[in-house]
Amino acid sequence: MSTATLEPRVKAPRNYLNAEYGWKSWLFTLDHKRIALLYMISITVFFIIGGTFAALMRIQLVEPQGALVQPETYNKLFTLHGVVMIFFFLIPSIPAVLGNFLVPLMVGARDLAFPKLNLLSWYIYIVGGIFTLYAAIAGGVDTGWTFYTPYSSTYSNTQVTAVAVGVFITGFSSILTGLNFIVTIHKMRAPGLTWFRLPLFIWAMYATSLIMILGTPVLAITVFLLALEHLFHVGIFSPALGGDPLLFQHLFWFYSHPAVYIMILPAMGVVSEIIACFSRKRIFGYKIVCFSSVAIAVLGFLVWGHHMFVTGQSVYAGLIFSLLSFLVAIPSAIKVFNWTSTLYKGSISYEAPMLYALGFIGLFTMGGLTGLFLASLATDVHLNGTYFIVAHFHYIMVGGAVMGYLGGMHFWWPKISGRKYPNGWAALAAVIIFVGFNLTFFPQFIMGYLGMPRRYAFYPSEFQVLNVMSTAGASILGVGYLIPLIYFIWSMRYGPVAESNPWGATGLEWQTPSPPPTENFAEIPVVTQEAYAYSAEEAEGHV
Amino acid sequence: MSDAHAEQAAHEHIGLKHQFENLDQQQDADTLGIWLFLVTEIMFFGGAFAAYAIFRWLYFAAFEGGSHILDIRLGAANTVVLLGSSLTMALSVRSAQTGNRRALVIFLILTMILGGVFLGVKAYEYNQKFVEHIVPSLDWAPEGKVLAELAPGGLEHAQLYFFFYFAMTGLHAIHMIIGMGLLLWLVLRGRRGDFTPSYFAPVEVIGLYWHFVDIVWIFLFPLLYLIGGRY
Amino acid sequence: MSHHIVPLKTYIIVFLSLIGLTLLTTGVAFIDLGPFNTVVALAIAFSKMFLVVYFFMHLRQSGGLVRVTVIAGFFWMALLIALTMSDYRTRTWTPVPKAWSITAPPTHP
Repeated sequence: MSTATLEPRVKAPRNYLNAEYGWKSWLFTLDHKRIALLYMISITVFFIIGGTFAALMRIQLVEPQGALVQPETYNKLFTLHGVVMIFFFLIPSIPAVLGNFLVPLMVGARDLAFPKLNLLSWYIYIVGGIFTLYAAIAGGVDTGWTFYTPYSSTYSNTQVTAVAVGVFITGFSSILTGLNFIVTIHKMRAPGLTWFRLPLFIWAMYATSLIMILGTPVLAITVFLLALEHLFHVGIFSPALGGDPLLFQHLFWFYSHPAVYIMILPAMGVVSEIIACFSRKRIFGYKIVCFSSVAIAVLGFLVWGHHMFVTGQSVYAGLIFSLLSFLVAIPSAIKVFNWTSTLYKGSISYEAPMLYALGFIGLFTMGGLTGLFLASLATDVHLNGTYFIVAHFHYIMVGGAVMGYLGGMHFWWPKISGRKYPNGWAALAAVIIFVGFNLTFFPQFIMGYLGMPRRYAFYPSEFQVLNVMSTAGASILGVGYLIPLIYFIWSMRYGPVAESNPWGATGLEWQTPSPPPTENFAEIPVVTQEAYAYSAEEAEGHV
Repeated sequence: MSDAHAEQAAHEHIGLKHQFENLDQQQDADTLGIWLFLVTEIMFFGGAFAAYAIFRWLYFAAFEGGSHILDIRLGAANTVVLLGSSLTMALSVRSAQTGNRRALVIFLILTMILGGVFLGVKAYEYNQKFVEHIVPSLDWAPEGKVLAELAPGGLEHAQLYFFFYFAMTGLHAIHMIIGMGLLLWLVLRGRRGDFTPSYFAPVEVIGLYWHFVDIVWIFLFPLLYLIGGRY
Repeated sequence: MSHHIVPLKTYIIVFLSLIGLTLLTTGVAFIDLGPFNTVVALAIAFSKMFLVVYFFMHLRQSGGLVRVTVIAGFFWMALLIALTMSDYRTRTWTPVPKAWSITAPPTHP
């Protein structure tokens, strides 16, 4: 049995990767697939930067009175970790990489509606990133990624304005991506591709785009007002001058809560695609999953006050936000039930994408359930500001969104690169990531429950064992993330050549060669089937 | 192969981009696209309006005092000017639809002139604030009649009113300046004959943007200049 | 996009209405209507906005998708303002420590 052999150097057919060469053909491209790759490289760089900040934090926290960094520096580390990971990795990740690549292919179009805006959105992202990196180098920011006032507006001496500008700029990248997706999905579907024949990934991108359009501008005005406050100290957020710090929080969380749904909805879309393919079954309750995606997007705008239960917000407002927060959990739970029902009596196989999808279901469910503790006013009083919150959102954002991103990358890599990666190594990496992740973050639930505050450089010695476990887990997690980076790059040169549909999946993207030609399809397909016609395929003997 | 090239050339000739099947689909996409962008602008200004609403409710007397200092005649006149520019913009789009190139360009230029008048008046008003020393943080030292008007509501909170005055009209003015640049671009393209009755999307799209900026002012005028009444 | 060309007359009438409403709202500011000054001013502003959106921005000729988009935008802004305001309006419905009061006097003149 031969191991990896060099493929004979046959000239590859014309596709989007070899259509043109040279840096200009990449930096001035209008091809959504190339723009997706530009994003892929950029977000990977930011992931490494954000991960480095996290590593430094975890090393500091190995000892109760850690000596790695000064407390002021520690404040800058957790702030920049949050800013970089949220705005420059998580929010763009699936939409700007997988979404950009797949949306036109999945709807049977030749490109997105506005290719120039698409390229512009990448450049805007880069400019925003440069501002933020400048701020990081020129002294950093120590306010927390939430920039709570009046510390950030009045008292902090750090680069608040620079980061505010960076975030403001990057927001437009998000807005343009969302705008492009909505118009493409509405106006450019192939003949026969009705709304309820669309893949659930498209429904997920659509719901995500609604949030991007409606929410991101509020972040823009918020950081704009914050920058004005930081520069001119007029007092809108400062109690001493008649302002209200809570006003900042209202405006900030109006975007930042829906933002977490920007981060999770695309991952849910990926999981739907993977579960269907590797169970050889259509998704149970397809229409319900469509509606719950949109419901999450809408309801997600009504719950932001749950970040402010202990701030002095009105008790009655808190009551309403608490009730709505319980409601928003329902559509997410519905999806989990739909995925498990899809698995039931499915013909399941455990390739790497499926491992990530299954991991997602477990970890997202844990993260989601712990959210209910926090939605409940009484328990939130104790848990707010502790590591319980940190664990909760990392279970969803890392155990959920990042694993969704990795699962999607593993599922569509053959389509994107035209190459296959070694499944053994991929499965191993998935398991290492799963183990490392849980070892990193489960102890944090316990720490938080026992009272350890978040955003602290030092802690009481009774929490040390849990912190050491968490840091050990983080090291394992880091190794786990490195492995796919290596074999993906390896596969581009040495991986077996991929056929059009290596997984035997449904979906228009698999009906075109791997990698696709620049114009996506030789002829625009006509759609006659539902989205996950796996049984029909089986009947035709295509298994 | 030559068929594909001929098709591509024909597409470019009528302004059809390669990702679209026909001009109707392209125009539909353009229209939906600009409306979605305007929705983001609604939410952007919406955040500012929300902050304004909170503070107006908290410190109504201070907001009323600050509002009375503004020159209502200039505000009303500027509103009329901007509404006029919306008319000329709409007429410009109409001229594109009817294929009247000269009228299209003339109406665009008129729109720019009216926009310029608006900005000129705003510049004068801003300067007045410096003369009266009621610029928050930069030059805040009200005196005489102005001080008498502001003192009852609380000087501290009056500063908040003028913060909103400058921030919101400033944001609006930035949008207008960007709009002027876009209009200039349209004038240059229009004179070159780029627009025909079947292809004038840029004029319509920028027109929608311009109307939106007008609508923002339609709300800013009463919310900033007409607080509480002047009786 | 509208293929239907709006008559010149329509635009002129809409424009004159807008001017009329502007003069009206300015004039009403000199009459004491108490809290209704604000209500009237906003009602007039909304009417002007409707005229601009419906006629100048061709919403009249636009399909359902565009109309839903416009309505959604305004609805979402209303959501933001209303829900945020609801916090401020209901804070005093439960006893609030004096030190938390947002209308505490400023610490310097």
